[in-house]
Amino acid sequence: MKIRAQLKGDVADVKVLMFHPMETGLRKDPITGDIIPMHFIQRVVATLNGKTVMDAQWSQAVSKNPFVNFRIRGAKQGDKVTVSWEDNKGEKASIETTLN
Amino acid sequence: MDNLPSVNEQRRKCLRMLAVGGAWAGLWAAGLLQPLRALAAEWNKPAFDAKALDEALKSIGATTPVESSQIQLKAPEIAENGAIVPVEVTSGIPGTQAIYIIADKNPQPLVAIFDITPGIEPFISTRIKMGESSKVRVLVKAGDKFYVATQEVKVTIGGCGG
Repeated sequence: MKIRAQLKGDVADVKVLMFHPMETGLRKDPITGDIIPMHFIQRVVATLNGKTVMDAQWSQAVSKNPFVNFRIRGAKQGDKVTVSWEDNKGEKASIETTLN
Repeated sequence: MDNLPSVNEQRRKCLRMLAVGGAWAGLWAAGLLQPLRALAAEWNKPAFDAKALDEALKSIGATTPVESSQIQLKAPEIAENGAIVPVEVTSGIPGTQAIYIIADKNPQPLVAIFDITPGIEPFISTRIKMGESSKVRVLVKAGDKFYVATQEVKVTIGGCGG
């Protein structure tokens, strides 16, 4: 995962890139011809100093290696921003950054 | 004396379990686990599984959304690659609680639901996959009302299969 947060006044512009295949379950393996099972991020949660500010539910139709951009209000230098995801197989990842 | 080893074994097992439990409790206390607590359970399966637009709208409770010019939807008119269609939404509707992104003709039209707390601006930018040319439909929930804005996106190469 990659995260970039820029503080402009009291708004933090947060851009996140997640590394995930986001398989739709419609694609076939080019060699075996077998259908590649669905594998996609279902939930994404963003927090500011531990408090949830954004909570998303996704389908398999979010692009591979998902990108999301959102803007946190009432943010200040030193605040911690965390973004976590969980996919349909229960795999998880999380990233944190400190605003400066 | 015969049962001593087994008692010891049990004791070791118990200690191991406590140690593992303690580690998890530590993570929990540190707030590391909280954002991911029971995430899958809160995923709106009926809405995401819906294969028709009407069915998806019904599942999220948005059967009669009102068209609104206060929703700003930015998406390309022509997407050369349906696997990566940028979608940017800004809601000017007071009390925006959620933003829904829908691709009308996708095999499952509902793409994403973003719950918007007062802690963020009513703005979301992301990238979605589109199987074929269709409308991109953005719904905004505010109070118990739904508002909608749409834009036609022409897809040159579909992005769902392979």
